[in-house]
Amino acid sequence: MRNSPYTRMLGLISGVVMSFIAAIGMVENFNKRVLIEPFVTMGYVVVLAVPVLIGILAARGKPSPLEEPARDTGPNLASGLVAGLIGGLITSVFVALVDTFDMTEFFPSMRPAMVEEMTFGFGVPAGLLVLIAVSGVAGALGGLIFAQSDAIRQGITQAVAWVLGVALFEAVVADIFEIDFLLDLIYAKNGGLQPWAAVIIGALAWWLSARYRGTAKQFAFTVRDSEPKSRIRRSLIGIAILAVIVLPLLLGGIVNELLINVSFFILMGLGLNIVVGYAGLLDLGYVAFFAVGAYGTGVLTSSFSPTINPGLSWWFALPIVMGLAALAGLLVGTPVLRMRGDYLAIVTLGFGEIVRILLLSDWLTPYFGGAQGVRQIPGIPVPFLGEVSGTRPELFIYLTMIFVFVAGYIAYRSQNSRVGRSWAAMREDEDVAEATGISTVQAKLLAFITGAIVASFAGALFAAKVGVIFTNSFKVLTSIIILVVVIVGGMGSIPGVAVGAFVLIGILGGPTSQGLLFEFAEYKLLIYGALLVFMMLKRPEGLWPSVRRSRELHGDELSQDAWLDKAGEFKEDDAEVAT
Amino acid sequence: MKKTSMRLVAALGALALVAAACGGGTDFEEGALGSVTVEAGEDIQIRSLQALSAGVEFLGVPNQRAVELAITDFGAIEGHSVTIGTGLDDICSAEGGAQAAQTIVSDEAVVGVIGTSCSGAAQAAMPLISDAGLVMISSSNTSSVLTSALDGVAQSDWHEGYYRTAHNDAFQGAAAATFVSENLGLTRVALIHDGDPYTNGLTKAFEKNFTEMGGTITVHTAVAPDDVDMGPVLAEVAASDPELLFFPIFPPAGIPLLQQSASVDGMENVVMMGADGLSVEDFMGLPESEGMYFSGPNTQFGPENKNEATGKTGEEFLAAYEAAYGEAPSADFWAHSYDATTMLLTAIAEVGVVDGDKLHIDRLALREALSATSGFGGIIGSITCDEFGDCGVPIISVFQHNNLDDILASKTNIQFTYDPTG
Amino acid sequence: MTSTATKLPPSGRRFRFNWVDGFLWFVRIAALITIVVGITGSVQNFMAGEGLSATQWRDLLISSTSTGLMYGMIALGYSMVYGVLGFINFAHGEVFMAGSMVGFIGATLLFDSGFWDSNPFAAVFIVLVISMITSTIVAVLVERIAYRPLRNAPRLIPLITSIGVSFFLQYAFAGLFGFSTRSYPPAPGALGEEIIIFGIPIQGTKLLVFVVAIASMIGLWYFVSRTKAGRAMRAVAEDKEIAGLMGIDVDKTIVLTFAVGGAMAGVAGLLWALLFRVVDNLMGFLPGLKAFTAAVLGGIGNLPGAMLGGVLLGLFEGVGPLLVLDGLGIPAVSQLKDAVAFAALFLVLIFRPSGLLGERLGSEDRA
Repeated sequence: MRNSPYTRMLGLISGVVMSFIAAIGMVENFNKRVLIEPFVTMGYVVVLAVPVLIGILAARGKPSPLEEPARDTGPNLASGLVAGLIGGLITSVFVALVDTFDMTEFFPSMRPAMVEEMTFGFGVPAGLLVLIAVSGVAGALGGLIFAQSDAIRQGITQAVAWVLGVALFEAVVADIFEIDFLLDLIYAKNGGLQPWAAVIIGALAWWLSARYRGTAKQFAFTVRDSEPKSRIRRSLIGIAILAVIVLPLLLGGIVNELLINVSFFILMGLGLNIVVGYAGLLDLGYVAFFAVGAYGTGVLTSSFSPTINPGLSWWFALPIVMGLAALAGLLVGTPVLRMRGDYLAIVTLGFGEIVRILLLSDWLTPYFGGAQGVRQIPGIPVPFLGEVSGTRPELFIYLTMIFVFVAGYIAYRSQNSRVGRSWAAMREDEDVAEATGISTVQAKLLAFITGAIVASFAGALFAAKVGVIFTNSFKVLTSIIILVVVIVGGMGSIPGVAVGAFVLIGILGGPTSQGLLFEFAEYKLLIYGALLVFMMLKRPEGLWPSVRRSRELHGDELSQDAWLDKAGEFKEDDAEVAT
Repeated sequence: MKKTSMRLVAALGALALVAAACGGGTDFEEGALGSVTVEAGEDIQIRSLQALSAGVEFLGVPNQRAVELAITDFGAIEGHSVTIGTGLDDICSAEGGAQAAQTIVSDEAVVGVIGTSCSGAAQAAMPLISDAGLVMISSSNTSSVLTSALDGVAQSDWHEGYYRTAHNDAFQGAAAATFVSENLGLTRVALIHDGDPYTNGLTKAFEKNFTEMGGTITVHTAVAPDDVDMGPVLAEVAASDPELLFFPIFPPAGIPLLQQSASVDGMENVVMMGADGLSVEDFMGLPESEGMYFSGPNTQFGPENKNEATGKTGEEFLAAYEAAYGEAPSADFWAHSYDATTMLLTAIAEVGVVDGDKLHIDRLALREALSATSGFGGIIGSITCDEFGDCGVPIISVFQHNNLDDILASKTNIQFTYDPTG
Repeated sequence: MTSTATKLPPSGRRFRFNWVDGFLWFVRIAALITIVVGITGSVQNFMAGEGLSATQWRDLLISSTSTGLMYGMIALGYSMVYGVLGFINFAHGEVFMAGSMVGFIGATLLFDSGFWDSNPFAAVFIVLVISMITSTIVAVLVERIAYRPLRNAPRLIPLITSIGVSFFLQYAFAGLFGFSTRSYPPAPGALGEEIIIFGIPIQGTKLLVFVVAIASMIGLWYFVSRTKAGRAMRAVAEDKEIAGLMGIDVDKTIVLTFAVGGAMAGVAGLLWALLFRVVDNLMGFLPGLKAFTAAVLGGIGNLPGAMLGGVLLGLFEGVGPLLVLDGLGIPAVSQLKDAVAFAALFLVLIFRPSGLLGERLGSEDRA
């Protein structure tokens, strides 16, 4: 076993994490969801994924930039096994403690049901041994996986990913492929895949990955390296646009509704991307612009809004709302022009809260409805289709898509324009940018104003869709979640924002809406927090990064890699000289 | 002649065949909203839409459980069991309600919904539910905008197909104001709400009624639901020199408010009054809460109030609830949920047309049946629906807390009952 | 002899004193007018016998000050970390919450066993120790796991990471303890009663807050200015690299900074819980923000400034609505309490960007 202290530490981490997952009730709650009949339930998958991952890490050993990790079945398996066993031991001690002492007064989830689940139904003490053994096996499995060749590991990853995907997203699969008899065949009555279906899907994924991995990778490279206006890019974009146009008609109401929610976050993410990603201004009160858009639309279009109710059509209200948002952006941006990054974050957060408190206040209730909000906001009038609102999501989504495209276009063009370049310069070093003649004042204000206008699109659409707005939807939480979407997706990257929104809001759920995996609702904010920290530590450029950002953030590593390459060359030279 | 008569016979015969094929043995005709056909061996689909999310589950979980118990008690309808599928979560927000409503209406087999917990969610959900022809009966929405202000005119957010067994906020406001004004004889009241539409609705209703009765609202202010430092708000209230403080909020803000009021100069002799949001153990277990008044929907149903569909009384229900879930309901609308469910199931049984093994449920007929509910015996009392869906029995009771150890016993210490139905 | 050289304005400077500065001056003047008018209105009310009585004002001042002192104690942690590492540790509010919530376990157990009421000071002391240790552990763990790897990253990154940590801690505790609010037992013994000091009746717990806060301040001052470790902290705050070159163990000193800040937050957590009694997983968010506001108010990196800022913020948010907004005739002023706190931050940064007692930043962070 290489690096024993490291393996032991990994085991410790594994034990703590597994205990934590059990302590918050995840195992118990998730086990209600069956993934593969009859044994593979979501709770066990989540909790046992930990020792498997730890096993992989243990087999890899402590990462060192100079050595390649050795893939040797024997030692790898052993490391994984040890780490897994240690983790299992710690967890079983925890479970035993929970079983002995009744702590439900303080920790409601640490109760007998949890012990039941964690001991696989065998109870204490037999179940504890089972737990340790299972954990050890899982760790060994991780080590074993690590020892395999690249091809096999890709195959395993693909197989697991596809099986899990088809099992978890049963609702979407059913919505898309409405072939009843096929669905009944694959899925069991109470949810989850039939075991043989899982095997077939896994094998298929493995085979496909082995067969077509090379081609797929080559294709990806071709696309990435292609010229911006090349044929291949154009046709891809064309296909994407066509798909996006046709898809809502095929999908049912549920998925369309979800996509609309995702689109709101794409919109707001694009806007925040301009402020944070391009201009480097950490605005934590971004939701205030969203509120301006929503309340502006509500007050101007609803005939039930108190005091001010011109009852305009949504389209007439929109430019007014955009103007209000621009003004808000100006008001927020001007005082913070000279503030340091951290202060800017807190002050903008403060502004966001001030706006929300004022909208909720009894003082301004005559204008904004206070606690009762603004209701009876009419939908968006469309010729021939009447008023489109949330009651017809398959139509409403087209409206949101139009604005998403507009916002995307604004973001794209501004990024590559003069303003975009001054933002980049400002982000790198503000003083130098000033010295080269860039007006940081203008650049910052423009960022705030553009971001505010884009957010107001989302707000206006939101108001028309839901028909009634309360200040609950405009809390700090939402600002932070938009930030998480932007960061996880990729700061400064437009496709990144879309990826972030789909993955986070679509799958886990937003602050006030549910995602595909609604079981995660209770834990989604926990996962957001952990994800943000993880991304910042390991991959700050996000899932779909902008190339520039990658270079900025990994500058050190890239130069280090270059140095290492050089060092390798010298080593070879030395070896040659020696002979 | 023979040829004509043969043709006639043939024509009649053809007609008869056609009639037989079309008729199929029943006279079921679909109404304007369409219908649901429950096939042989299938369940009748209804849905439960309550606030189940972390933080507000104390509102929605007892409601959903009551629905499930009601379904069990009611039994099958014409050989088809009833199911709610998975309980849906409205996250106590408008978007959550809209999203859940979309999920509901996407399934064409669903006939009706019991929900929502929060009025805001209902405001967003009803357009969808109403357009799809479904019905929704809420057991805890109390906002007036969803039905009417009890003046014969529909309010802005009323939609066809909406009903509720909970009372209208206007009633509780009137009840509390009447109690304070007439029973306690006080004229100066301070009000605190917490920014939630429900609590704000109550304080507004109280203000309206109390001022009509000649009383004065010394100050109408608010806290944030997560506030803990109540020094400023208590100073504001004390400065206005009230005789009673009505704060129909929830425990997170209510607990500190009560505890800190004792040490504020000017609050010593102020009578404290809360509403159903505070009549839970967390709050009523505090020694300072002894002697406080609480208004809320009447929960003392007595042994005479039986649900006519299942024959259960309130006490029997509570015993069953305790047996099934190991605890008492965390909010006071369980009886309303139970009655709402049985109302719906009774209506389904009434309008369902049997067709061999199948059951046809016409949506319009279901709405008409529910709208026509009159004198339906529920645990909450005799249920009659008005034209805008207010079916609730508007009996509001005010009790005084006199037993720190036994909350349920305290709730029987009723000081005043408001019953506009006479 | 007159010089032929014309006096040119520093290039660009003059022309930028245009609308941005004009706008800021407008805001300053508008704020001043609003405040003056508001206070005048309140004074008029008071003279007319309306509004709060003198005793009520006095009590409000006392309770706002005690809240402010707790903000100040939390602010110390923010100030120290900002001085040393140069970013806002968003998770510090959750460090405060962690101490409170774990302390809740201790307090409940002691209360159930009767020890709470029979030996009040010992019981409170035990829970204080629990709270301090928990907060310190959480602060140190966070530094080790989330911040140390990012020591050299661009400034925005650790800030965003701290937001993630804050989130994670809030919901990790929610997962463990549940989402409902918990109550501490009532303050035991003398703490629960009113004590007369200098003729002013003050609640025992509030008096405890005053005493503990002042004692902590003195202890911290002594630690930072007289002890070797404290000097090391100041050196590292001044310039990390050079301090390292001078033989100071930078990593250890940073851990110590977090630990001391955490301990202070733990003390604040216990005091807060004794005074307000309700604790839940989100209790650290708003106080954390306000504490950072307080740190900025007093001058970031400046420890006496943090305390002063805390007290002032407590006064602003407690007394402000009733003193200023009520005088302006705005209804339901208590609802706007948090808005006043944030507005205070905004106004301080406009009137005096470096805080009341001046900033103390390291060489890398000075603009």
